[in-house]
Amino acid sequence: MANPVLDDYDPGTFWCEMSRGGATQQVRDRLAALPLDELTRRAAHADAELRDLGITFTVYSERDAADRVLPFDCIPRVLSAEDWARIEAGVCQRVAALNHLLHDIYHEQKILADGVIPPDLILGNANYRPIMRGVDLPHRTYVNVCGTDIVRDAAGGFMVLEDNARTPSGVGYVVENRHMMMRAFPDMLDGVALRPVADYGARLLQALREVAPPPAADPQVVLLSPGPYNSAYFEHVFLAREMGVPLVEGRDLVVEDDRVWMRTTGGLARVEVIYRRIDDDFLDPEAFRADSGLGVPGLMRSYRAGKVALANAVGTGVADDKAVYAYMPRAIRYYLDQDPILPNVETHICREPDALRFTLDHLEELVVKPVGEAGGYGITVGPRASKRELEECRARLLADPANYISQPCLSLSVVPTLVEGRVEPRHVDLRPFAVTGEKTWVLPGGLTRVALRRGSLIVNSSQGGGSKDTWVLA
Amino acid sequence: MPDSLLSRSAESLFWLARYVERAENLARILGVNETFSRDSRGGQNWMSVLQLYGDEARFKALHGEASAEAILRFYVTDAGNPTSIVSSVRAARDNARALRPLISNEMWTQINVLHNRMGALGDDALAAGNRARLFGQVKEACQTHIGVTEGTFYRGQGWYFCRMGRYIERADQTTRLLDIKYHLLLPDPADVGSPLDVSQWNALLRSAAGYQAFRQLHPEGITPARVAGFLLLDGRFPRSVALCVREAGELLEALRSRHGLRGGTGAAEELDRLRSLLGTLSVAEILERGLHEFLDMLQVQLIAVTEDLAGTFFGHQAQSQSQSQSGPSGSQSQSQSQSGSGFEWWPPLPPLPPAQS
Repeated sequence: MANPVLDDYDPGTFWCEMSRGGATQQVRDRLAALPLDELTRRAAHADAELRDLGITFTVYSERDAADRVLPFDCIPRVLSAEDWARIEAGVCQRVAALNHLLHDIYHEQKILADGVIPPDLILGNANYRPIMRGVDLPHRTYVNVCGTDIVRDAAGGFMVLEDNARTPSGVGYVVENRHMMMRAFPDMLDGVALRPVADYGARLLQALREVAPPPAADPQVVLLSPGPYNSAYFEHVFLAREMGVPLVEGRDLVVEDDRVWMRTTGGLARVEVIYRRIDDDFLDPEAFRADSGLGVPGLMRSYRAGKVALANAVGTGVADDKAVYAYMPRAIRYYLDQDPILPNVETHICREPDALRFTLDHLEELVVKPVGEAGGYGITVGPRASKRELEECRARLLADPANYISQPCLSLSVVPTLVEGRVEPRHVDLRPFAVTGEKTWVLPGGLTRVALRRGSLIVNSSQGGGSKDTWVLA
Repeated sequence: MPDSLLSRSAESLFWLARYVERAENLARILGVNETFSRDSRGGQNWMSVLQLYGDEARFKALHGEASAEAILRFYVTDAGNPTSIVSSVRAARDNARALRPLISNEMWTQINVLHNRMGALGDDALAAGNRARLFGQVKEACQTHIGVTEGTFYRGQGWYFCRMGRYIERADQTTRLLDIKYHLLLPDPADVGSPLDVSQWNALLRSAAGYQAFRQLHPEGITPARVAGFLLLDGRFPRSVALCVREAGELLEALRSRHGLRGGTGAAEELDRLRSLLGTLSVAEILERGLHEFLDMLQVQLIAVTEDLAGTFFGHQAQSQSQSQSGPSGSQSQSQSQSGSGFEWWPPLPPLPPAQS
């Protein structure tokens, strides 16, 4: 059957999620039924609707504030049930290992004593929080919400690129993208059985209630946000709404008698669980940065006394460090006695002399990443970098090798994407969201980020990325 | 649903309603001025709006000479002026954004669309042939907001705070609307009752949407005293000060009795006093004491009510008068006629948070 959308589309040597991935003929037929100009017209409507609905992130400069829409591409990324089963199992395994690792390094530190991970990598890490030593958490869950960045290489294999165990964002887009698809492209979804994503809020709330300090029978959950100036504020609002819990800021909370309270019209009301979207550093000026106006003085006191739950736990940042990441396969074997279901991307830890030498010798083939950065900042993509950029990268590596890792430049999989009235292949990654209270549940699908610039491998919204609806076929 | 409400949310709801009401009334006042500020030689006097809001000095410092275009831009599209329509809509929208877990999706979308539309206005929107239409659209969008709120918003505590904000702001704005004609556009004694004078009173009534009701009540015709009495004292007219004060008092009473909120006694007594005053005074007595002074007194009392609400329910410490008259997401004192203190931003903006992964 002629396919006006996909006829001129050529993914080249890349793994295409539409032609070789999970998409069935049925999905391709649905897409084929839409002429290009119709697709373009509806995509423009979808964009306008995102603006109307305020599904925006705000970019603040010194002069003003601009509301931007995360570009939404209307051609979905499709995962088969088999692919998804593998990802789901791999993510659960990974989250289990992360929680074991975090409990261990804040208690007995067996993994360090056994020489599996170099102690100074953990104990000397800026995100290691000594204040968490000996603190026992319900179900030993540290990472209540985990975003695992997964990529697919040219052979179609899934690999973990990064763990996000602090305050991963993006799940709001997952749910809103599906809503958008259902409104703007009902015909594309016709008769296609998909795993739903709409119950994320209910699942998250349930997990949060499971980690409430005993004996709360009906624990009060709140979402703690830095406020409207945070670029993820839309998502904070979204999640508070989906869970039906108050969206609070630091100034709404107060610690008295080692308990956390929120200021209400009727006086102080007890808070038992805080889903916090504020980094550790800003949580409590008494414990961390004294200049933080976003946090709650005394919060750590209450937390350590077991009177309030924080999700994610304090001190998880050490586990999603890009250098610690390199040890995760070993941590999985160590704690779970299993082989990793999802492999890591081969990683050279530049703090190790051999790895540094290898990295310097192969700079033009490798991707070099600072270990502590997020959002795609500070990355040098060897094959795409100019001579000058490579030299600058070399200088940075030599000055502070421990701050960097390097990885081979992957041929990320592609998905047909509507770009300026044409359908072209664009690289994608996938961030599934795992929610853990007593047990782990993974939202079917996750955030598919797409690098909208031709040839770009960087999918972050701050670097010209957009997103797609992610379909997991039932 | 647990019947507890964050103090900050209560305040945001109160001010969401106030900013929407403020935008609507500014559109009304500008619309009225568009129509009835023409003098007998056909010139338009936009200075009166500056005088009404006590903005002459601030405007002069920023823009120098007052032209119609400059004043209109100042009050409609100037995002740098916290009292412009655009700024009020922005403040309403920012409050609504923080309230999204509480308010309905429809409430949010409607105000967000209005905000986006206002932000996209070009200079031609204020051209002579277009501005009446623009004022009409703003008015209608604000009324849509009220309708959507009434039709979709869950009637917990928040609904009461929202409505209380609306009625207090509306009462305040009605006093200003009356002031613009009675005090600032006071005609020469010789012109009282002239065709121009009567047409101005007509326009004033129309701007408050009270023309038809007034006509039915007073088929014998328009006099300043009748119009002032109607806008101040008529307990059945939805924009009259008497009705707004009564509604606000009943809403506060419901919060205290039905929702068990303690405190707010000061505000309740203040509203009660105003209600009985508006219920017993005749318009003749008010005019005899001086209408402008009476309007000023009303504005000051409404400020005191807001201050008491802020101290009791919004978790404020004692505030200065000017601060208490602007809500979260920032606007200004509208009480310059008393305080003359200009405007202040409130609350202080939090520091920029760190980037998140």
